[in-house]
Amino acid sequence: MSEGYSDAPTVGLPGRVSIQGPGTPHDGDSHAHHPKLQHHFDDMEQQAEASTLGMWVFLVTEIMFFGGLFLAYAVYRSQYPTGFQEASAHLNVTLGAFNTAVLIFSSLTMAFAVRAAQTGEKPRSQIIWIVLTMILGATFLVVKYFEYKDKFTHHTVPGPSFVWDGQYPAAAEIFYSLYFCMTGLHALHMIIGLGIMTWLAIMAKKGTFNSTYYTPVEVSGLYWHFVDIVWIFLFPLLYLIGRHYHAG
Amino acid sequence: MTTLNYINNGHGLASWLLTKDHKRIALLYLVSITAFFFLGGLFALMIRLELLTPAGDLMTAETYNKMFTMHGVVMVFFFLIPSIPAVLGNFLIPIMIGAKDLAFPRINLLSWYIYALGGLFTLFSALSGGVDTGWTFYTPYSTAAANSHVITAALGVFITGFSSILTGLNFIVTIHRMRAPGMTWFRLPLFVWSHYATSLIMILGTPVIAITVLLVAAERVLHMGIFDPALGGDPVLFQHMFWFYSHPAVYIMILPAMGVISEIVQAFARKNIFGYSFVAFSSLAIAIVGFFVWGHHIFVAGQSVYAGMIFSFLSFVVAIPSAIKVFNWTATIYRGSVSLDSPMLYAFGFIGLFTIGGLTGLFLAAMGLDIHVHDTYFIVAHFHYIMVGGAIMGYLGGMHYWWPKISGKLYSEGWAKLAAGMVFIGFNLTFFPQFLVGYLGMPRRYHMYPPEFQIFNVMSTAGATVLAAGYLLPMVYFTHSLFRGKPAPADPWGAKGLEWEIPSPPPTENFAISPIVTHGTHQYAPSKEVGVV
Repeated sequence: MSEGYSDAPTVGLPGRVSIQGPGTPHDGDSHAHHPKLQHHFDDMEQQAEASTLGMWVFLVTEIMFFGGLFLAYAVYRSQYPTGFQEASAHLNVTLGAFNTAVLIFSSLTMAFAVRAAQTGEKPRSQIIWIVLTMILGATFLVVKYFEYKDKFTHHTVPGPSFVWDGQYPAAAEIFYSLYFCMTGLHALHMIIGLGIMTWLAIMAKKGTFNSTYYTPVEVSGLYWHFVDIVWIFLFPLLYLIGRHYHAG
Repeated sequence: MTTLNYINNGHGLASWLLTKDHKRIALLYLVSITAFFFLGGLFALMIRLELLTPAGDLMTAETYNKMFTMHGVVMVFFFLIPSIPAVLGNFLIPIMIGAKDLAFPRINLLSWYIYALGGLFTLFSALSGGVDTGWTFYTPYSTAAANSHVITAALGVFITGFSSILTGLNFIVTIHRMRAPGMTWFRLPLFVWSHYATSLIMILGTPVIAITVLLVAAERVLHMGIFDPALGGDPVLFQHMFWFYSHPAVYIMILPAMGVISEIVQAFARKNIFGYSFVAFSSLAIAIVGFFVWGHHIFVAGQSVYAGMIFSFLSFVVAIPSAIKVFNWTATIYRGSVSLDSPMLYAFGFIGLFTIGGLTGLFLAAMGLDIHVHDTYFIVAHFHYIMVGGAIMGYLGGMHYWWPKISGKLYSEGWAKLAAGMVFIGFNLTFFPQFLVGYLGMPRRYHMYPPEFQIFNVMSTAGATVLAAGYLLPMVYFTHSLFRGKPAPADPWGAKGLEWEIPSPPPTENFAISPIVTHGTHQYAPSKEVGVV
């Protein structure tokens, strides 16, 4: 490679070469380090960029993780179109729609939490937005609990005790297998999200976040929005495809 | 007298088990994958002993099924996939790009603990009676029929998958964000390029196998019917989802080895790689095209002929970037000043064996021929030429090349050359007869076979014995070098690259002064002196 022999030093990151003369025993900013700067990063910008990219890459893996279930859904829905409609018609659309609204609203409060940290608002107002988001997330889970409980009382939980008096019991059982796998995995992600936000609230109370350091809130926000978006796909695919189904 | 380096900077168990230093974590991985390698080898030994005679006289068919299953699970998920990335990649990538550590040191340590936890699940499954589904966990046998420890084995695979995802994530962010000033993309060592491509597969493929084996476990526990034809499910869907990861997983094993070979070939031919950008981009091409060939595992499983034709065509296509690499290594060696040190012997072994493995792969990509050799020992021989002849040769070559850097000690070159020769001869004696016996019709996964196949199996077992000795030798002389070896200079091979510019073993911070890179890391000789006419 001819470019490998260029004599002139090419410097990738702006602002670094000027402070790094030969013999400088350390690199990085000449002024005092930010207390939250980890030793292996050069500056806060590099650290923030690494964390954000890391979360985006993680979300890509999450898309592939849920993608396996969406693939199974697509295969069986095309194989059993009417069976899936029949099964879907038994889900409670009102509760599903309510939960959808709750999650969309929680994305808004999460966005405000990120903004509060970015603009360096007082810990109190950061905490308010975080706690509001947590309350909405918990509301979703409580509604989900009652929906699950209903499935157990009506024996539409897949397994030996599955009972279906419609025309397509086999397709319905597969539908409910996918329903529990998909919403269960989604709920697990919600619970993990609540755990993350508890930690954020504690950090915010200590006054950790300000305009120079807010990456944890920002990347947690990315995660929370992702979990919401998964539900935006789950709601129509699971709840709404049975709207036009009329038994018989 | 002794300077402070990453090995003597901190003593005691906690300083290792709680370390965030990528070099120490690489050594934690080295110890654990070596343990799993010998465990998997033990299962292989039992298989070879059983197949020494045509009759099923050493163990029952059920036990034999467990042996080849545990061999596959341990070797694939707990040795081959983490081997080069988690040990050599972990150790070298930050150094090669001029960084102090990976982007996420704590996640790096976490990935080792996740790996260890997954390993414990699998060990439990092995010790409590084993699993007999084959490493592929095919449904509906694995979900509805198998009466063995499928759930713990599946959970072991599920858990350890996350260690692979986190390693890939860490590498991608590190290569994007942690390069030293002047370390542009086209100055990166090819080892880093191949790990970048590997990481893409790790983050895109591994989540799919995770959800797939989770569904298998859920189906066993909850009696759901997603893959069970008796309940309206489709077992072929499992095969699609399984191979969507598990075919690219072969590239997780081979791409890092290709990166190792690219480094070794330059260092021991004293020439820059021929066609740097072609070798770099062929890694990405393998990673991308490799995601679209999985259907060649399902030619006879009820896939449509048209799907089969497309998968067959794409499987031929993925051979092109692999061939580019082989031709470019050969062109690099051509008219180079070649020295036959032990890493180079492994590199030569890799190039030859990978070529055989790759070309026999084309036999299997052809739909008509695949029907003849499907599920025979021809397949077994083919993928062992890739995974053992390719990936393990690359791993051993890399270990020999960078051992002086990792340990700070020189090993005995004479013993190393002997071991390399034994591995090469033992490997070929083990697996070449399997091509023949497979083509003649011996199916895989049976503990007895017709007597006319015995001669091939005796050769295989004899070869496996030599191979095992060849694998044990490096354990001995590497360990010996730790105590008695001469101290290694910073650059014992006269090789180029940032890792050879810092002391052996490196200091904890890698670089006393953060480097500013002014040239490509491969600058063995001015190109006009070695210009190929």
